[in-house]
Amino acid sequence: MNLAVKDIRHNIGRFFLTAIGIGMLLMIVMGMGGIYRGIIEDATLLIDSLDVDFWVAQRGTRGPFAEVSRLPNNLVDRVAAVPGVAQARKFVFHTIQREIHGKPLRIAVLGLDWPQDHGEWLPLISGRCLAQSHYEMIADRTLGLGLGERLQLGKDFFTVVGLTSGMIDSGGNGLAFFTVSDAQAIQFDITGESIRLERAARLGRASRIDLSRIQPSLAERAEGESSIIPALAPPSISAVVLRLESGADPHEVATTISGWADVTVYTGNEERALMLAGPVEKAKLQIGLFRMLLTIISAIIMALILYTLTLDKLHDIALLKLIGAPNRVILGMIMQQALLLGAFGYGIAFMLGQKIFPRFPRRVILMDDDLVRLAVIVVVISILSSFLGVWKAMKVKPNEALS
Amino acid sequence: MNKDAESKPAVEVRGLTRIYGSGNTEVIAMRDVNLTVNRGELVALLGPSGAGKSTLLTAMGLINPPTVGKILMGGRMVMDGHRPLVNLRTFRRKNIGFIFQKSNLIPFLKARENVQIALELNGWSSFAARKRAWNLLDYLGVADRAEHFPSALSGGQQQRVAVARAMANQPELILADEPTAALDSHRGRQVMDLFRKVAHEHGSGIVVVTHDHRALDIFDTIYEMQDGVVSQSEISAS
Ligand SMILES: Nc1ncnc2c1ncn2[C@@H]1O[C@H](COP(=O)(O)OP(=O)(O)OP(=O)(O)O)[C@@H](O)[C@H]1O
Ligand SMILES: [Mg+2]
Repeated sequence: MNLAVKDIRHNIGRFFLTAIGIGMLLMIVMGMGGIYRGIIEDATLLIDSLDVDFWVAQRGTRGPFAEVSRLPNNLVDRVAAVPGVAQARKFVFHTIQREIHGKPLRIAVLGLDWPQDHGEWLPLISGRCLAQSHYEMIADRTLGLGLGERLQLGKDFFTVVGLTSGMIDSGGNGLAFFTVSDAQAIQFDITGESIRLERAARLGRASRIDLSRIQPSLAERAEGESSIIPALAPPSISAVVLRLESGADPHEVATTISGWADVTVYTGNEERALMLAGPVEKAKLQIGLFRMLLTIISAIIMALILYTLTLDKLHDIALLKLIGAPNRVILGMIMQQALLLGAFGYGIAFMLGQKIFPRFPRRVILMDDDLVRLAVIVVVISILSSFLGVWKAMKVKPNEALS
Repeated sequence: MNKDAESKPAVEVRGLTRIYGSGNTEVIAMRDVNLTVNRGELVALLGPSGAGKSTLLTAMGLINPPTVGKILMGGRMVMDGHRPLVNLRTFRRKNIGFIFQKSNLIPFLKARENVQIALELNGWSSFAARKRAWNLLDYLGVADRAEHFPSALSGGQQQRVAVARAMANQPELILADEPTAALDSHRGRQVMDLFRKVAHEHGSGIVVVTHDHRALDIFDTIYEMQDGVVSQSEISAS
């Protein structure tokens, strides 16, 4: 006869209420773990899915994610010319916040190096890759944009031609993919008025030097659009990413490029580490600590619950001792009950979590490793906290059954 | 118990003394008590409140070690002062049955399971224990309540289930502390008759603490206890 099961049968309501309580507590612990994983995953998602060998950033900066990095457009050609480099691409990345459907929407804008890159590597769930050099975009579904939707960003209208899933930046904002030049246009979009003011200012500066009086066409140029002024650089890019030819020596390529005085080179792993040590580090620490605290607190709460459940049974335990039940039987009853409670609580936590976590604004990732670890923790907590009850039960004298 | 032990008394206590507390709060609950209960003997223990009856009973039940004295069961010494000479819990399980005034039964087990557990603890298979539990409850006339929880049983029914559990392992000794206190006289009488039946049919020695003087005719021997001292009663036993 299994005493633990019989006792639960008799107090089924209390058992389930307690299990639900423990379950909700464990769900929070589980969720906190998921949020922690989510932060790390989101932060490195882009770096991982780009899957490149090296990142070339502005000299002295920590890459395009940790801080602003600006590089000239043509750096990509210099990098491509390095022996061993199979492919070099421009990387443009910045975050914008616009009102869309009356609500503020943060969009992480990523430039695809058209024409090499149409976005084939993206996890498309519907639609297609970019098919023309302008006015098309691929949006992550978390942005809430529909396929075929037209969106004004800067002066141009962009049509959503494809939808991805799970493409998020380290802040949890959905990514949108444009061609590099469109991405730059969005980033450096300025109004007609500021262009006019800028041109007037250029004309003013030009007219203050005698060269413009000797060469009047210079003043004319200064007043014109910036692309006709050869001395002005086109908009800059954030970084250059490159992939090596198979068989190329990564060390050699890295040494060559880092020999240039205007750039710093990071490997994919270094860029990943920079991301985790930088922008998300504090959030990660904060949540990590909170998760630990929560685990400890739920361990204590579980221990107290199991302890009071045992206290309720002390009279029955004395009676069992009186009729000669060995400690093994009593210990088994307390421990099995603790484990059953833990198991049910865990099950409830998991089921609730599956329902609730997907509704969170940021990703909550329940990794198998974490789930197994939490299950082990629950088992250990159940056993340890039943020790508290067992210790009390062992002290009960059989003649206490008489009182 | 071996063959030899069967002829020996169920319990024999020698020079049993129990002192509670110490110094100012010292209470001598039992003084140099000598008593023998044979197998098949039904013994009543009378006495005013505070006389030490429960103390003696629990000492014989090996759940309240005496301060001084020896306890022998089936001729074997099991307690020397407060020093146990056997594993008390195992010994109790095999050789002693208990019945008290109230809260005798494990509340989360049904009547049948309360009896069954006592058997299973002694190594009975679940199936055999279940069958025997049924038979015992039938014997005691509560088979129809077997699948109910104790809380759904009347006081008398609970006591009968407790008797069934106490006799389940055919112990040498059954100890009952005011088992009929919660019952009306008719029901009380029924339970007492049951003890007689169990003692004589199963050969257990039974000690019953009681205040109910009307039922004394069924006992083989009657002891009276006063201020911790036991004496054979003036009231003649049948
Ligand atoms: N645990 C204890 N600690 C201290 N004194 C005790 C303890 N148990 C019993 N006593 C004392 O020992 C004496 C005998 O108590 P006991 O319970 O054996 O009496 P009793 O004959 O069973 O009385 P009743 O008929 O009221 O049940 C009483 O004076 C009681 O106060
Ligand atoms: Mg008493």
